[in-house]
Amino acid sequence: MRFTDDVDELREIARQLRIDILTTLAEAGSGHTGGSLSAIDIITVLYFSKMNHSPSYDKTVDRDRFVLSKGHGAPALYVALAHCGYFDRKELKTLRKINSILSGHPYAPSTPGVEVSTGSLGQGLSIANGMALAGKMDNRRGYVYCLIGDGEMQEGQVWEAAMSSAHYKLDNVIAFTDNNGLQIDGRVKDIMGIEPVHEKWEAFGWDTVTIDGHDIKAILDAIERAKTISGKPSMICARTVKGKGVSFMEGKVKYHGVAPSPEELEKAIAELAPA
Amino acid sequence: MSANQKKSLRDAYGEAIAALGSVDPDIVVLDADLSGSTRTAKFAAKYPDRFFNMGVSEQDMMSTAAGLAAAGKKPFASSFAVFATGRAWDQVRQSICLSRMNVKIVASHGGISVGEDGPTHQALEDIALMRIMPFMNVVVPADAHEVVAVVNAIAKIDEPVYVRTSRDKFPLVLPEDCRFELGRGTILRQGEDVAIIACGYMVSQALDAAERLSGEGIFAAVVNMSSIKPLDTGLVSKMARETGAVVTAEEHSVTAGLGGAVAECVCQTDPVPVIRLGMEAPVGQSGKPGELLDHYGMNSAGIVEAVHKAIALKKEPVHNAKTI
Ligand SMILES: Cc1ncc(C[n+]2csc(CCOP(=O)(O)OP(=O)(O)O)c2C)c(N)n1
Ligand SMILES: [Mg+2]
Repeated sequence: MRFTDDVDELREIARQLRIDILTTLAEAGSGHTGGSLSAIDIITVLYFSKMNHSPSYDKTVDRDRFVLSKGHGAPALYVALAHCGYFDRKELKTLRKINSILSGHPYAPSTPGVEVSTGSLGQGLSIANGMALAGKMDNRRGYVYCLIGDGEMQEGQVWEAAMSSAHYKLDNVIAFTDNNGLQIDGRVKDIMGIEPVHEKWEAFGWDTVTIDGHDIKAILDAIERAKTISGKPSMICARTVKGKGVSFMEGKVKYHGVAPSPEELEKAIAELAPA
Repeated sequence: MSANQKKSLRDAYGEAIAALGSVDPDIVVLDADLSGSTRTAKFAAKYPDRFFNMGVSEQDMMSTAAGLAAAGKKPFASSFAVFATGRAWDQVRQSICLSRMNVKIVASHGGISVGEDGPTHQALEDIALMRIMPFMNVVVPADAHEVVAVVNAIAKIDEPVYVRTSRDKFPLVLPEDCRFELGRGTILRQGEDVAIIACGYMVSQALDAAERLSGEGIFAAVVNMSSIKPLDTGLVSKMARETGAVVTAEEHSVTAGLGGAVAECVCQTDPVPVIRLGMEAPVGQSGKPGELLDHYGMNSAGIVEAVHKAIALKKEPVHNAKTI
């Protein structure tokens, strides 16, 4: 794999990864489509541009780390890891199947490149903080990235962790919220309103920006900006569309936890074909 | 070592972890606004840069500890046993155990001997909650001396461990230089009529009970089973086989703690009566630790009574029958 800052190249990688997510989920027959598609542009920028990481690094190397707090977005992480060479792309076909290295939600002991187990929502930012504290103690340069869902922000632990990052001045934590507006039972604002998200993070002592989470250039810039912030953690609130890239899935609650059928897969791949 | 000497297990922990801090620079300590009570304040005073007070947020603390472990540190996290195991159960499960993180949880205020703080603060379920936890090891030291041995031993193990300490002072029953090994119980007293397998405070009571029983002509073996998970199944089976009757004793719910673990083992290897002594009442109440322990039968008299029950149920052991 190689790293790039080229927006078109990253856009192309994200396009391929979307196809892989859909193909992988269709093969699995179940899994979380909508939230994987809303997060994949951010994950693409992290794994193919901004993060200092490599499958060949051993655990002790001073490197960047990523914690997928919204663990149900696992397919998005897995396709990125596969493309980066953490395991063979053929493994993607085994997602959610018996004896696979790819569990329905990230299970660290069995998957190369997965730092921690997630799936029970709300825990990832605390874990990222722990990694960041260790990094500070050892004078390491590595950043810890974390991705949180908007529904996930209803978990109290997220706000415990938000306080901790700020209290310990963890400027090596760069987090994203995937604000796709939807959760399982409906729209976030109808189920349990979380707004104003931007102001909340700011009030919790975070350097906060809000961007379009599908604009590759904006994601690149936001990360570069976050790296210049000192004495504070950085939150990048990403406005996203659940199911992004597949017209009939976009903004649909239904595709939260449903894999595409073979026909839907075919339609989706046709939509994602290069123009 | 006088039987009258007492020391609280949390005091021993505070000293042990502060001492260990100078040996291993990777050790870090977390607490959730109870560092005075859990005694991690001792470590905090000595190594402020390696101590993280997370505030009143046990869930955040457990996941943060997991993150520190993921990045190569050796975290020891403390709170009261009710909060460490109950409030943060899912964080212990997913962030620590399902990620196979090297996090040690050392919780004070185990059992009914918490005393005056009452039912909400008396952990009677912590052993059960941690015993069922995947990949978790569970240790309940008998006295302050064993706490030191436990802390030094588990610091060398790259696995999650739950250790229960106490608020109250417990009699010192083990030698100062006692050893601890996960998965190993220790026979403290030999006896052929019944085996009393105990942990924590009840070890001291088991020794008293055995002494009293010898006056009745009943010879009770006493085992300190501080390693509840992994359980020393070899020793449990051997005691069951050799004595034909087992009594377990713990300052914990009678369900799913040490007694549960021993019964699960005995019923599959050497079925003999197992009388479990523990909290029968669903919750405790406020009171002085000593009063409460006596009120709920968590004392040597309770063990003597349990031994009588076990002996009444004793049958001819099957392996003897075979040789007739
Ligand atoms: C602690 C916990 N409770 C419930 C669930 C079930 N669950 C899985 S995804 C989800 C909704 C998450 O919504 P959001 O964070 O907005 O995710 P996204 O829209 O990005 O898919 C829920 C409730 C869970 N995984 N963990
Ligand atoms: Mg959402």
